[in-house]
Amino acid sequence: MSDALLSARGLGLTFGPITALDEVHADLWPGEVLAVVGESGSGKTTLLNVLSGRMAPDAGTVWYRDPARHLHDLHAMPAPQLRALHRSDWGFVHQNPRDSLRMRVSAGGNVGERLMAQGIRHYGDIRAAAQDWLAQVEIDPARIDDLPHTFSGGMLQRLQIARTLVTHPRLVFMDEPTGGLDVSVQARLLDLIRTLVTRLGIAVVLVTHDIAVARLLAGRLLVMQGGRVIESGLTDQVLDDPQHPYTQLLVSSVLSA
Amino acid sequence: MAYVAVKGGERAIDAAHAWLAAERRGDPAVPALTTAQIAEQLGRAVDRVMAEGSLYDRELAALAIQQAQGDLIEAAFLLRAYRTTLPRFAYGRPVDTAAMLAIRRVSAIFKDLPGGQVLGPTYDYTHRLLDFALPDAPAAPAEVDAEPQPLAPAFGILGQEGLVEPDEAKSDDAPGDLTRDPLAFPAARDVRLQALARGDEGFLLALGYLTQRGYGNNHPFVGELRVGEASVEIEPPELGFAIDIGDVVLTECQMVNQFTGSRTAPPQFTRGYGLCFGHSERRVMGMALVDRAMRGAELGEPAEAPAQDVEFVLSHCDNVEATGFVEHLKLPHYVDFQSELETVRRMRADAEGTSK
Amino acid sequence: MSGYNFAYLDEQTKRMIRRAILKAVAIPGHQIPFGSREMPLPYGWGTGGIQVTASILGPPDVLKVIDQGADDTTNAVSIRRFFARTAGVATTTRTVDATIIQTRHRIPETPLHEGQILVYQVPLPEPMARLEPSRAETTRMHGLQEYGLMHVKLYEDIARYGRVANSYDFPVMVNGRYLMSPSPIPAFDNPKLHMSPALQLFGAGREKRIYAVPPYTAVRSLDFDDHPFRAGRAPGICALCGADDSYLDEVVTDDQGTRMFVCSDTDYCNERAAAAAIQGNAA
Repeated sequence: MSDALLSARGLGLTFGPITALDEVHADLWPGEVLAVVGESGSGKTTLLNVLSGRMAPDAGTVWYRDPARHLHDLHAMPAPQLRALHRSDWGFVHQNPRDSLRMRVSAGGNVGERLMAQGIRHYGDIRAAAQDWLAQVEIDPARIDDLPHTFSGGMLQRLQIARTLVTHPRLVFMDEPTGGLDVSVQARLLDLIRTLVTRLGIAVVLVTHDIAVARLLAGRLLVMQGGRVIESGLTDQVLDDPQHPYTQLLVSSVLSA
Repeated sequence: MAYVAVKGGERAIDAAHAWLAAERRGDPAVPALTTAQIAEQLGRAVDRVMAEGSLYDRELAALAIQQAQGDLIEAAFLLRAYRTTLPRFAYGRPVDTAAMLAIRRVSAIFKDLPGGQVLGPTYDYTHRLLDFALPDAPAAPAEVDAEPQPLAPAFGILGQEGLVEPDEAKSDDAPGDLTRDPLAFPAARDVRLQALARGDEGFLLALGYLTQRGYGNNHPFVGELRVGEASVEIEPPELGFAIDIGDVVLTECQMVNQFTGSRTAPPQFTRGYGLCFGHSERRVMGMALVDRAMRGAELGEPAEAPAQDVEFVLSHCDNVEATGFVEHLKLPHYVDFQSELETVRRMRADAEGTSK
Repeated sequence: MSGYNFAYLDEQTKRMIRRAILKAVAIPGHQIPFGSREMPLPYGWGTGGIQVTASILGPPDVLKVIDQGADDTTNAVSIRRFFARTAGVATTTRTVDATIIQTRHRIPETPLHEGQILVYQVPLPEPMARLEPSRAETTRMHGLQEYGLMHVKLYEDIARYGRVANSYDFPVMVNGRYLMSPSPIPAFDNPKLHMSPALQLFGAGREKRIYAVPPYTAVRSLDFDDHPFRAGRAPGICALCGADDSYLDEVVTDDQGTRMFVCSDTDYCNERAAAAAIQGNAA
């Protein structure tokens, strides 16, 4: 774990009788995309919440390495530091962009917010950055002053990505980023995410129930069932030659679909 | 220039007050009301003012109603402004409502129960027909031969089976007091109940009604509603035992709500609670519904409706605060308005400049 | 007045409020919750300011009360009377003579001096209340100094209108740490908050908060480097005293819509007019 950006060791979490996480280990390396796949209830979203510090585990530790290479026990970090991390070095892309965007604030204001939170106080610079990012996520920069509710679902998701990436985070958490979108819109978004992530060298923890999304974006894969990681490895390896019966079932259900 | 700056604020205020006094008295040919008449014959108005004014004193509440020309929020405000100046000699012990001498007690969840359903003085089954004979009714009405009596709480029966959540464990912590310490969030249930007990009756009614119509549904039943006199006791430290300092009329409502159970609690009925000075069933029922709705976080329910949002409810239930802030809009704001005016003019000038 | 304590409030309450004031002075711009009492004047009429004034007032004080800059607006008259009745203190309309000035919506034009205290009546102490209604959340934002949201609002105004649309209650940063509402004073008055020799106290009765700007404290109006803060006033001069630097009220003088501008600060206007008259006589 010497160079890992994020390392989870022995994570456990229960909700009453339900085991959400059981002895989960995971490492994330700079610049790699790690997909967490499984059915709903498998614990993958809980894992995302614990890895990002939004939820505390009952057992285990998540280590985070900051840009100065210092290690931090994520869940022992003071709240101000964790919140600062979330608006600078980290980003979070929600399945529903409305959970993250400010729907009564223009596209430009949405993209510029993280810059302003970091103390940038030049209106022209903020606006230029917003225009640049709108272009990068294939939204017409002329729409900078439009409110998000005038955007389509796919555009909203791209706007959320621009809002998240504007501060050049090293690590982005994504929760079913293409869920709820039409297939053609999904394809375009996946393509965009892949391009941006590759070009910017961002590390991503991606939660998805969709094996095809994982195959397209992720270098490595964790397969979860009942709160346990039952199989992990390089994406191609796991998907082409699944060892665990559950993974075999997941892969075959995609093929038959 | 003919303009002279406005002067004479003092004279204007004095004249306004004199006019108000004349209007309050009305036609001098009509006999003046006495506070005793108000206290005796407008009892429900007095009860509301005592509850919202947070002061149990029928005579003063009657005076406030007279002084406010029957504007009950204004009357509650008068009572509160007086109350805040009073020294505090002691804090009362928790009132034992189970021991109250009830004039009325009904339960909607039992057909009958020990002590029976006691209707008491209620409008529930009156036909709402204006009684044109009322002004000429005989001075002495029919005798009431019922004796107020202590009645065992209806909840004992369900509690024996463990089907209803028990009372919260008694705590030695002094309860919070909104009239001394500012509201802070998260607010504990003692402070929430205090805020509701003196909250606006219309607000409690509307929020309670909302919870019944799907905005924070909580499937309520009236477990018990009781009205009666309860004794107030204090325990002076120099005595070491409690002494009875008088009786107050209280209305209490125990609302029962279905609950499916959570990670930590078995399926059982939960409760919402309402208690107020005087006789006001509407107030305590609204209060009990809202109290239960605000317990969502503790019971693991999603907080989606206004009544479930503690900060929303507590920040807006006080009608003296609310009427002050709404009505202060009639105070002069011309300095702010002038600055808005200049901004709008400049924006319009900018817009015309760019369109040319 | 018999039956009531000096300046109405009991001494226990005054002590509680003075403790809140001391905390507020120690942490400039930070809102201190206090056990606001029900006053005999309605919430919204200045109960916060009145409680602050009552707590700091002593028999030798000289009190001035203004509303909209004027000593003779009805609410200013009413509050001045309240203290004259309950405390028997001397009152004045002259800014320079006052030791305590309670104000609603203005800072006097005449520069304040050391030893003076300006008490503001505050309706909504939370500068982010209109952007984030939950007090629990705004408290957290202040604690973590997360003020990006406020700048987003300024950004939106400039994007939409070409300028910041707040013309009053314009948010400020106090001592480089706390975002603060200066109360609904016109933005024109904001620069007077900065490095003032007077102690500035803010009382919000209904919202139960007290905050302060101690003397000689830096107070900066929020802005962008390339869109600096600008204080606006009606272009014009006062028809009564000829001032061209004061904040002006617009007065409609007939039903044809004829208008004139006069100083909103009545004391400033009177002093200038009187000085001009003396000069005129001397000449």
